[in-house]
Order: sequence, then C-alpha cells, then structure tokens
Amino acid sequence: MPHMTLALEIGWGTTLAIKTLLVLAIIPVGALILGYTFLLKMMSHMQSRLGPMDPGGFHGWFQLVGDGIKFLQKEDIMPAESDRRVFAMAPAIVVISTFLIFLVVPTGPRLVVKDLDVGVFYALAVSSLSVVGVLMAGWASANKFALIGALRAAAQLIAYELPLLLAVVGVVIQAGTMSLQGIVGAQVDGSIFGFSGLGNPFILTQFVGFFLFLIAAQAELTQTPFDMPVAESELVAGYMVEYTGFRFLFFFIGEFGTAFAFAALAATMYLGGWAIPGVTGGMADLLGPLVLFVKLMGVAFLMFWVRFTYPRLREDQLQAVAWKYLIPIGLLNIIVTAIIKVAV
Amino acid sequence: MTSTETPGFEVDPALYSNLAGSQVNVELDTGDMILNLGPQHPATHGTLRLVVRLDGERVVAADPVIGYMHRGYEKLSEFRTYPQITTLINRIDWLSSFANEVPFVHGAEQLMGIEAPPRAQWIRTILTELSRIATIYLFLGEMGLQVGALTPAFWGFRDRELVLNLIESATGGRFHPNFNRIGGLKDDLPWGWIAECRTTMDKILRGCDDFEDVLVGNEIFEARTRGIGIIPGELGAAYGVSGANLRASGIDWDLRRDGKPYLAYPELDFKVWTHSDGDSFARYWVRLQETREAVRMVIQLLDGLPAGPIMAKVPRIIKVPEGEVWVETENPLGQMGYYIVSKGATGPFRVKIRSASFSNVSILPWLLRGVYVPDVITIMGSLYFILGDIDR
Repeated sequence: MPHMTLALEIGWGTTLAIKTLLVLAIIPVGALILGYTFLLKMMSHMQSRLGPMDPGGFHGWFQLVGDGIKFLQKEDIMPAESDRRVFAMAPAIVVISTFLIFLVVPTGPRLVVKDLDVGVFYALAVSSLSVVGVLMAGWASANKFALIGALRAAAQLIAYELPLLLAVVGVVIQAGTMSLQGIVGAQVDGSIFGFSGLGNPFILTQFVGFFLFLIAAQAELTQTPFDMPVAESELVAGYMVEYTGFRFLFFFIGEFGTAFAFAALAATMYLGGWAIPGVTGGMADLLGPLVLFVKLMGVAFLMFWVRFTYPRLREDQLQAVAWKYLIPIGLLNIIVTAIIKVAV
Repeated sequence: MTSTETPGFEVDPALYSNLAGSQVNVELDTGDMILNLGPQHPATHGTLRLVVRLDGERVVAADPVIGYMHRGYEKLSEFRTYPQITTLINRIDWLSSFANEVPFVHGAEQLMGIEAPPRAQWIRTILTELSRIATIYLFLGEMGLQVGALTPAFWGFRDRELVLNLIESATGGRFHPNFNRIGGLKDDLPWGWIAECRTTMDKILRGCDDFEDVLVGNEIFEARTRGIGIIPGELGAAYGVSGANLRASGIDWDLRRDGKPYLAYPELDFKVWTHSDGDSFARYWVRLQETREAVRMVIQLLDGLPAGPIMAKVPRIIKVPEGEVWVETENPLGQMGYYIVSKGATGPFRVKIRSASFSNVSILPWLLRGVYVPDVITIMGSLYFILGDIDR
C-alpha cells in the first residue's frame, strides 16, 4: 500500500478556524447523538415504550433538534429576585468547560486540536470548571431548591474529583506520559505477554482504574446513582429549576456534551482511543474519528445503562462511597501499578 | 407516645445539640431554612404541602398542610341519594375507586337488611382485589422513582394499565367504575373476561418478579430505604396508621381476616404478610408480597365463582330505614370506614368517612424529625398516600 497522506498546505489561520468550528460543532452534535440514542431510544426501550417515532421520519431522529428549535422560541424568563448577570452567565460557563475538554482529545495521529504535554491533567481540570457554573446557577436563581442542588453539586465535586484523578494516575504511570496522544501511542505500541498484534489497551491492566473512572465520571456528570444535584423527585431539577428556553438548552447540551467528552476520555485512556490494530498513517487519520466514536459509544452505553437503572444514593452515602471505598481503591491501584511498572 | 408536632415549629433541643456546629457562637449561626415542599411538588402525589424546617439538609421539623383538595364529600353526601353517593366516593382514593364503593354500599345494605347474592359478592371481591393490585402495583414502580430509579416507574404504569383494562371491560370505567348498586352490581362480567383476567394475573406476577429483581436486590435501594422512617408498631397504631404501613411494623392486623366478615373473604385462603422492621423497605416488601397475595386471591375467586343472579330484590326507590351503621374494610391504602346515619330518607342524614391516608400522613411530623431531605421523599413515597384520600 502506498504511503497515504492528507498533504494539504493550509495556513495556521485557516487551521485555527477549522479547529474552532470542529470543536464548536462536536459538542452539540455529540450531545444530540447521545441524547437521541440513549435518552430517547435506549431508555424508552428499557421502559417498554417507543419514545419519539414521528419527527424526521426515521424513529424520531429529529426530535431533539425540534426541541432545540422550540427552546429558541421560548420567552427568556428570569426570576425577579435573581442575580441577573450571574444567572445569565452560568449556563455559558457550564458549556464552555465542556468545549475545553475536547481541545486535547485526539481523534487520529495528527487529528488533535492541541496535544498538550499535560493533556490528562488539563482535561480533568477544565471539566471541573463546570461546577462553578452550577454553583452560580444555584446561587443566582434565588431559589431554595436550586441552592440545595448547587451546594450538593459542589460537595460532590470535591468528593469525586479525587477518585477520578487517582484512577487516571494509574494510566499515566503505565503510559509514562500525561499527553493523551502519548497514552494512545503507548497502547498501540504495547503488547500483551509479548503478543503485540492488538497493542495493549489499558483496560486489560487498568480495569480497576477504568471502573473507578466510570463511577467517578458518573458523579462528575451528576448522573444516577449520583444525581443528587438535579434529583428530579426531591429537588425537582436542582440548580436548573429556574431555567427555561435557551439557557436550559445550554445546560442540556452541557450535560450530554460532558458525557460525550468523558466517554471520549475513557475510550482514549482505556480502550486505545482512535487506534485499531494494523491501521497506521493517513488511513488512521481517516478512520480514527470513527473508531473513537464507536469506542466512545460503548463507554457511553455503560454510563447510561447505569443511569436509567439504578436508584439514587443519598448525599452522605455518596460521600461515604467516595472516601471510604473509591479513594483507598484508587490509591491501592496506583501502588500496584507503580510496583509492577518498576518490577517489569 | 411522643408529643405530636405543633405548627409553631418548636425545636427539640435534644435533636438540635447533636448537629455538628450547632454550638458555635451566634454570629456564625446561619439559622434554619424553611422549605416548602409542595403543594406543587412531584413527590407529593397531588397537592400535599409539607413545610419543612431545615438545618443544612437535616429536617428539624416538618408540618404537613392538608386541605388543598378538600371537596366536602361528607357534606355533599347529605344532599344526595344513596345511589348518587357512590359517584362521589369513587373519587376519594381515585386509584382504587371500586374498593371505596364497597364499604358504603355494604353499610346501606346492612341498614336496609338486604344482602347481595353470592355471585355479586364474589365479583365485588374480584374487582376489589383488582383495584388493590392496580393501586399497589403503581406504588411498586413509583417507589423506585422516589429514590431516583426511572425505569421501574414505567413498568408500574405499563402493567397497571392491563388491570385497568380489565376493570374497564367489566365496569365501563377505568378509574371511576361506579359499578356497585345497593343490593348487587350493575352488570355481570362480560364474556371472555375470566380467561383474560387469568393471563393478566400471570403478567402481574412476572412484573412483581421484575420489581424484586431491579429494586429489592439492589444495594442502593436498600441503602436508601432500610432503617429510614421506622414506625414503631404501637406508635403507628396510636396514630391510626393502618394497612400495609402498619403490617410492615410487625402488627398482624388485616380487616379482611380480622374484621367483621365481608364479601367473599371468609371463604378465601390467604396469608397476611408482615415485616418486623417498620422501615421504608419493610413497607415496600410487604406491599410487594400483598400484590402477589392479591393475585392468588383473584385466581381462587375466578376458580370458585358461583353462578346466579347479580342483583337482590330491591325497591325501585331506595329508602334506607332509620339507623346507624359503621362499616370498615381493608382498602389498598389501609382501613377505610363509613359511619352512616339514616333518618329514613332517600339520602343519608350524615356520613363520616374514615380514610386511610389521612391517618397515615398524620404520623409524618413525628417520622420526619431529624432525617435528611432525600429521606423525606423516601418516607412519603413509602407511606403511599393519595391526596384525594386525605382531603375528602
């Protein structure tokens, strides 16, 4: 096979524009895909119903787009007592933090917006920015339910940022780098007991980390069983309770966009990211996004499966799970990984 | 018995001193927050308003405010004839309307000294048990929703629909059958109904297994419900708590077995399930078993359904002789009773309705002290009240 490249000479300005557009597009599109596949269709089938069938013709694929258009037309309502500027800014901050994660997720050997040396660290850092938006929303709404929801979100973040980080440290030790591209590379170049045909997806060695990462990500995303900040049946919708129209849509995009981003992170760190065995070079650039998408959907399926099945923990029980179980397990995982890394 | 709650929210100092940080100086004291749960809150099944005083997430005091849905049925009954009143009492506990009609019609029949023929009694029993299944089955799913699991709620609605279809095909009304007549029933069962009922009962049993799989064995569900909202048996009885809520506290009391014999219950073989824990989980578990037991009873009733007329001989214009009667039955939500006073007219002189939910929620102020906000929802869900049953 001749060496294939996508050799187009384009200036940095154009590149920047393309990258910006892609990142701006990928979050709403990702949110739509996850929302449609899992929220509308998978959940419906789990619950013995069809979900939307008519909009768009094929199994109601247009439903969420239609919802989005509906949100655009809605009146912009702000509570009289609210802190108007903070109230308006909060949804934007939540969404922006989601966009920022995608800057470092590689979708091919060269298809990455910016391959930072501290990629993992950066991704986790910006992802936790969203809680600032949540706190702002809860506080500015001047609503007791929203305030309780926001404070729960803050407490939850402190508890779950740590297991998330500890889970990732195992991967970082094994790969020897914090760059996401480097982590994918380490998995591609790795071998399983000398057999290098499949590379070495870190889920095989870091399965404890993967498990921890999924649980902690579930808490980051405020999904069931850790959805106390939005707790539909008790706080009605928590910090979002006063939001309508486009601002609510922002929160919705933020919720599913972050799920998309976290699934992409998990797929990159544990399932080999864009890589499939035997494909390299320009072909990998072409196939990479698709491969990553398939892996990402697999991870997202796990997340949403749990979300639609499990009941919700209580806030104090959540703290207990984090501090008593997840963090010790995470530390143990790091120690074992480090010992094996040094020994082998 | 512990003192009942007063609307003035007097803080129990013993409870207060346990809270971390409650001993700090006054300047740092952030005070309590008063939170209105309801009247438009999804967890209140209608329009119950619960004023909770919170310290952080802990409930210091809770006060249910009822009456948002009061429709004055006791007073209205004084201006209606006996056959008209069944229309009203259908709407007390709207999820099990048929079961509401039975004690009232029974009371009127007792005063008139007539008795419905056996077939009518058996069909009444079948429909009562079906409405019990419909009511409790919804609870089994909805309890999942109260603690955050979406999916069981939809299963609850799905299979309850089958039971409602049965009730509709027999009576013509899904929710408000208005099917009882003094002295019998309006119609006989339609053709093919019994076979349909048997298939539905199989589905209900399977659905119960599903609920057991998805909730009872679930660690999170158990963590959320075990030890939450414990009602001591004697205290519950003192508050007038009845039905599955009381049986979950270990008190073996079921009017179908222990009360004055009514309908076909004396001829049925059934077990009254109890649980010793008295917490939310026990209430869920007891109701789950009761649904299965109700299915067993329906099957027995279908097997032994006697032939014969469905209406006794009654005068065209129903006039109830002078007298008083108290009739109570075991309804899906608990003990339901009517005290009927007749002065010999076409309508009652006075009707007092004793509904289960009213007494069941009266224990809420005692029960909600010192729990967390999410537990408030769990406890309210597990007590399972219907607003129409609180505010008649």
